[in-house]
Amino acid sequence: MTSIAQVQGRRSSIDLSWPTFALLSLVLSVLVLLPLFWLAYYSLRSDTGGGATLDNFIALVADPTLLRAYGLAISMALAVGILACLIATPMAWLVARTDLPARRIIRMLVTASFVTPPFIGAIAYEILAAPNSGIVNIIYRSAFGLDPSQYLVNIYTFSGLVFAIACFTFPYVFTLVANALDKVPSDLEDASSILGGKSMTTLRKVTIPLVLPAMLAGTLIAILQALTMFGSPAILALPAGFHVITTKIWSLFQFPPRLGLAAAAALPLLIITVVLLRAQKSILGRKGYTVLGGKSGTPRITKLGSWKWVAVAFVFCILSLTILLPYLAILKTAFTGTVGDPINFDTLTLRHWKFVLFEFSATQLALRNTFLLGFLTATAVTAIALVVSYLVIRRSVPGARYLGVLATAPVAIPGIVLGVGLFLSYANPTFQLYGTIWILLIAFMTIELPAGYQQMSSAFAGVHPELEEAGRIMGASRLRTLWDITAPLLRTSVVAAWCFVFVGTIRELSATILLTTANTKLVSVIIYDLNESGDLGAICVLGIILLVASFAVVFVANRVPVLGGSQMNARG
Amino acid sequence: MWKKALSAALLASGLAAIPAAARAEAPAPYQITPELEAAAKAEGKVVFYTATDVAVAEKLAEHFKTKFPGIDVQVERAGSERVFQRIGQEYSTSIYNADVIETSDAVHFEYFKRQGWLEPMVPQEVADKWPADERDPDGNFAAYRAHLSVLAYRTDLMKEADAPKTWEDLLDPRFKDKMVKAHPGYSGTVMTSTFVLSQMLGWDYFEKLGKQNIMQVQSSTEPPKKLAQGERALEVDGNEYNVFRLIDEGKPIKIVYPDEGTPLAVGNAAVLKQAPHPNAAKLFYAFLFSLDAQQLNSDFGGLRSFHPDVKEKQGRTPLSKIKVLHSDPAKLEPEIQTIKANYEKFFGT
Repeated sequence: MTSIAQVQGRRSSIDLSWPTFALLSLVLSVLVLLPLFWLAYYSLRSDTGGGATLDNFIALVADPTLLRAYGLAISMALAVGILACLIATPMAWLVARTDLPARRIIRMLVTASFVTPPFIGAIAYEILAAPNSGIVNIIYRSAFGLDPSQYLVNIYTFSGLVFAIACFTFPYVFTLVANALDKVPSDLEDASSILGGKSMTTLRKVTIPLVLPAMLAGTLIAILQALTMFGSPAILALPAGFHVITTKIWSLFQFPPRLGLAAAAALPLLIITVVLLRAQKSILGRKGYTVLGGKSGTPRITKLGSWKWVAVAFVFCILSLTILLPYLAILKTAFTGTVGDPINFDTLTLRHWKFVLFEFSATQLALRNTFLLGFLTATAVTAIALVVSYLVIRRSVPGARYLGVLATAPVAIPGIVLGVGLFLSYANPTFQLYGTIWILLIAFMTIELPAGYQQMSSAFAGVHPELEEAGRIMGASRLRTLWDITAPLLRTSVVAAWCFVFVGTIRELSATILLTTANTKLVSVIIYDLNESGDLGAICVLGIILLVASFAVVFVANRVPVLGGSQMNARG
Repeated sequence: MWKKALSAALLASGLAAIPAAARAEAPAPYQITPELEAAAKAEGKVVFYTATDVAVAEKLAEHFKTKFPGIDVQVERAGSERVFQRIGQEYSTSIYNADVIETSDAVHFEYFKRQGWLEPMVPQEVADKWPADERDPDGNFAAYRAHLSVLAYRTDLMKEADAPKTWEDLLDPRFKDKMVKAHPGYSGTVMTSTFVLSQMLGWDYFEKLGKQNIMQVQSSTEPPKKLAQGERALEVDGNEYNVFRLIDEGKPIKIVYPDEGTPLAVGNAAVLKQAPHPNAAKLFYAFLFSLDAQQLNSDFGGLRSFHPDVKEKQGRTPLSKIKVLHSDPAKLEPEIQTIKANYEKFFGT
């Protein structure tokens, strides 16, 4: 307003950076470090009485059921990673670097598979591929006139579980590899062609090595996702008669809970995660520079020629398995009496819809909680991520990069471990947060912070500071330039990050399952409860509501004119 | 600080010793009076933690709402052991959400009573009609429902001649890959039946049964639904009332009451001392034992009732014609960890 205010503007901005930094450090430390502290503390405490003990860790190596659960979880995760990589890499290459038809639509459908919560996918596969009632097996038997004991596929097996998880984790690999292929400079490939390399040789010797880091990174994410996943194993592994580590930890919470053993059993999961992330970092650190070389010219497009139809068949097959069949199965189950019924006018019914919408008293509360938490988490995480990445990238405060470390650290905390940690931290007489939605908000913020931060900080790196400097010279404070200048420039990234966090929150189950109570029901949890009592029709109705609502939110957020278009759509 | 944390931890693990409630006479029976109804209406809501099948529980809630308009019923349905786990977690952190609680594991109510979590009260109907051994002498709880855990099979997938007649029959190789079974760590009904059968047939029976490649589900409401889907032809255990309901819907399912006997699970109900809506809870509790509600449970839900005036539906085998295996909750309680551990050893989860 006046010149005095302008003069003081700069001074007050310096004062503001520090409180912001201090506040954020405090918030992030509480979010991240407190649960880990309690986890470590409880793991050293006896379940049967007070006092420090190492019994829980001894049980960890001596209890064969725990060891078996770990062994199965690790082999399952590795198998998922490999399968996801084998599916996703050729598909990403076809979509990014060939003249395959309908590439935009394919990318969109893969995004749809990403939005699908894995537990809905697992339930869809129960409907499709259960050995006797599975639709695929019914068709197989009637097509070949086989007797009822024959089946083609059985989802209630170790390999069935691996398949069902891979179907909904391959988008991680796909997205990373496709983006890397978009960015790989074509001059190296051109050089190979000029020197006489055939297209296959170029692919093998140049392109694949260039995207290898992205492949490995994507595979590692898929492995981590599978290792720490709760919903799909609970739905598919328990009927098959085995535990993985997440379901085993969950079973330790059966009353009277064995919290110490649960905490001790969770710690190796944390260590494995940290090791895997370090491995990823060292691989990317060594080879990543080639991809980061910047764009030089448009990517080369390979002509598929007569191979086109083989490629189309391959992509169609993958999309059928990951999107079309599961969704058709869910739709069918939502509108027919029981899973085994054929589809005709007699079996079509709206009774599951009636039950879910009008008779089942938990529905409304759960829908409201789910979307409320989705909005709160997405907004809070995006705001924190925005400020943290600003402080880190612009190095406005010494020590700011530790904020970045704190914001990334939750990546290493699997959902179920965080659930245990948060339960121990906040379900005691001092913090009576258990039973409120705040404990869930804390859990979701912690889980989603790394994803939000990664997106925002990579977006920040692309904005030149000169506009901010102009704002600062004109006397605006740091935060003011951030909100008035930088944030609008980043709005597409902000919207994309917001949507990403929102979708991530809606599909969370592993931490949620330990933290909800009657008044804090979420849709994911009632779906899980209904699955335990075998109400597949009602689950499918809820699944459809959840999916339609998530898509609607993502769509609206991307279309609101004030917010501008989003990267997700630009990518197609 | 450490001391405080430790006591918090003790509380959280539910192991803090609370002196057993002194033995007291059951309070005088009460009736539903206009005053009680008005007080319940003022509270406007009752929270019901239950292990009964969700459709049955919701139907009952609906009936209550038409009978006492203006009082909402929040039904929280989960398997018995999860209801128990949830109330334990909530009470150890001083969260008092629930008004009325009901599970199919009789052990739970002995535990609640010992902890002093229950508010003794006796509805008139219970005092007049209930058999003495189906209610707590101190008036803390009463048997709200009972059901058998039954063998059942799909008549279109298995001929009557091939169907099992006894528990031992299930070990026959011809049933391999064909059976579905619920889990004692999750279902109170199955915890009870596993205890009774392990006493009668020994654990080596379960060891052999575990080799039959059984599909393992969680809640005892689930095996009948897997039969209905046609996912398996034979259920080892599961709620009789779910099977009744599916038969009523026209599903080709038949129950077998084995010669050795069929395990009975008694579902008690009680009002919690810390109920947030004490009057609505009292009203709802009396409603649960009314002939109306008990008859609805029997007709719509297929549950067995201890109310002598309840008429069983045509075509159902009356309880008097079935050899029933009773279990003693006092003997079951110390065995729970052993049962869980043995079960995991033989069945994998």
